[in-house]
Amino acid sequence: MMKLHHFHGGIHLPDHKSQSTQSVIAQAPLFSQLIIPFHQHAGETAKPIVQVGDHVLKGQLIGMPDGFISSAVHASTSGTITAIGLHPVAHHSGLPNLCATLIPDGQEQWCQREPVDYHSLSPEELQQLLRMAGIVGLGGATFPSDIKLRIGKQKVNTLILNAAECEPYITCDDMLMRERAVEIVQGAEMLRFIVDAEQVLIGIEDNKPEAIVAMRQAVAKSGASFEVVAIPSIYPGGSAKQLIRVLTGLEVPSGKLPTDVGVQSFNVATSYSVYRALAHGEPLLSRIVTVTGNVQQAKNYEALIGTPMNELVELSETLPDSNGYIMGGPMMGLPLPDIHVPVVKATNCVIIASKKIFPPPPPALPCIRCTRCVEVCPAELQPQDLYWFAKSRDFGKAQAFSLFDCIECGACSYVCPSHIPLVQYYRFAKSEIHSREKEKKAADIARERHEFRQHRIEREKLEKAEKLAARAKAAQALKSAKADNAELNK
Amino acid sequence: MLSALLAMAAVTIVLGAILGFAAIKFRVEGNPLVEKIDAILPQTQCGQCSFPGCKPYATAIAAGEADINRCPPGGEEGIHKLADLLGVDFKPFDSDTAAPKDKSIAFIDESTCIGCTLCIQACPVDAIAGAAKQMHTIVASECTGCELCVAPCPVDCISMILIEEEIATWKWKYPTFALPPTQ
Repeated sequence: MMKLHHFHGGIHLPDHKSQSTQSVIAQAPLFSQLIIPFHQHAGETAKPIVQVGDHVLKGQLIGMPDGFISSAVHASTSGTITAIGLHPVAHHSGLPNLCATLIPDGQEQWCQREPVDYHSLSPEELQQLLRMAGIVGLGGATFPSDIKLRIGKQKVNTLILNAAECEPYITCDDMLMRERAVEIVQGAEMLRFIVDAEQVLIGIEDNKPEAIVAMRQAVAKSGASFEVVAIPSIYPGGSAKQLIRVLTGLEVPSGKLPTDVGVQSFNVATSYSVYRALAHGEPLLSRIVTVTGNVQQAKNYEALIGTPMNELVELSETLPDSNGYIMGGPMMGLPLPDIHVPVVKATNCVIIASKKIFPPPPPALPCIRCTRCVEVCPAELQPQDLYWFAKSRDFGKAQAFSLFDCIECGACSYVCPSHIPLVQYYRFAKSEIHSREKEKKAADIARERHEFRQHRIEREKLEKAEKLAARAKAAQALKSAKADNAELNK
Repeated sequence: MLSALLAMAAVTIVLGAILGFAAIKFRVEGNPLVEKIDAILPQTQCGQCSFPGCKPYATAIAAGEADINRCPPGGEEGIHKLADLLGVDFKPFDSDTAAPKDKSIAFIDESTCIGCTLCIQACPVDAIAGAAKQMHTIVASECTGCELCVAPCPVDCISMILIEEEIATWKWKYPTFALPPTQ
């Protein structure tokens, strides 16, 4: 039994997980239309490489990664592309984004799949394969996995498989581990091979005993020397830096990456999709989605990317008093302005809300500086000060108080006796700082271009004047020469 | 007594020499205040302040010849920043300056453009590509939205297009809450 460490703060939450773990993962049916966004990952939007009217096969590349941090997008089934354009997507802004509309032909006809023997390939080749398979972090942040595997000269000693799943209601990783542990373990071995880690730790919160047993059995069967570690269920134990702290005792310094302390972590579902991509040549076309909350039958579905969320939630029969939808968990999830959006790679859970489950928060009261938020902050920040700086738009101070170390877990808002939506203030401040930095950069470029232009105009003027002077001088010389000649001829 | 005087005089001469040397060696070229003011200005180079660009306006502010409330693209926030920097009170926009607008960029209707190059000469940041009798186009990423190219165009083929909010540029809004209806 290994020694576990603690991270600062954290909160105990009622987990509400049992309601969606009563039945096995159900296969969501093929709906009449799939909407596949080209931006489902952190980084640059993938570039569409199909045209309206094209017939595509299941697994066919339709969006090419565009830029260093980007990922591929594929057709989730075979059918016809009927539109490429703006469509509502799951985003805080409620703004539409570029999507392809795919009308399935029902044949599920696969494109050419090429399974590889990962042992015979170099890490760089495997990274490229994963990039083109559209593998991104399935824990919710959807950061392209190939970038996380590019460790350069750094040495990764410990690979962590993140199966903490600390947010209430979400059970997609839990069910995946119960049912597909063998594949997850094989995926972990592939990831371990790519980063050449010595040790693999699989961290699972102790409120998932079935998953722990399943994973231990799978590890034993595979013969790998991985360690399945049950960690205490404290929110946000599934946040990468906090999990690394609990399992290894190492602290990732502010502004640094886990690889700087020799650790890298991946979600279990990511590990599963890595296995599917390399061992079966299947790109990321589907994921497990928990549909829970105010429904008749909460359940996990394996849904194709692009599945209409409104039709997916109806499989679980929403109850009549529902009043909203949340994608993700209740702590960090995003309240959907519109349910007519597609399931994307980030959709781990859809919670159907009602007044009973999530009573409307009482109005926010002034901060009384009780510092309960400080006690629970897992990033060891001073949330009450950050709130103050964000509120007064004192962004420099907010940055000096490490605003960007905030993981937006919402533990501070949860315990706030004044019910202040603290995270909203931090998000506002962060995005404001980012946009100012962008504006500053644009202004600097404009200044440089303007100065260069003026310099150029000056230079052109000078050159022109010089030319004129030279010409005048030549004319003068010619004139005097002529005059001299005339004088001589006289 | 004399030794004390001599010692004091020696110290004075040495320190004076160091200061004099420093004044030459570390001499600051130009007015550093101008740079600081220029860093706050948005670099649109639009001339709405009645100066031919951001730097001349910054120079005028530093010299006390211009007020701080003449830059519409900088917005009220720009005035606040200038007021903080210069230690003066905030002032609302001057009545003869234009009202601040949302950022837009120029667009050339390429089918109407006759290739006269007048807009190219007007653009302060060289954001228009084209040549005589050739169609022109705006390099959108470099356009500051100064509108200086609009007036010179003889065929009115340049329009300003408002930059629409999209997911890539979307920002979190300042949290606001609806008040409960009063009884």
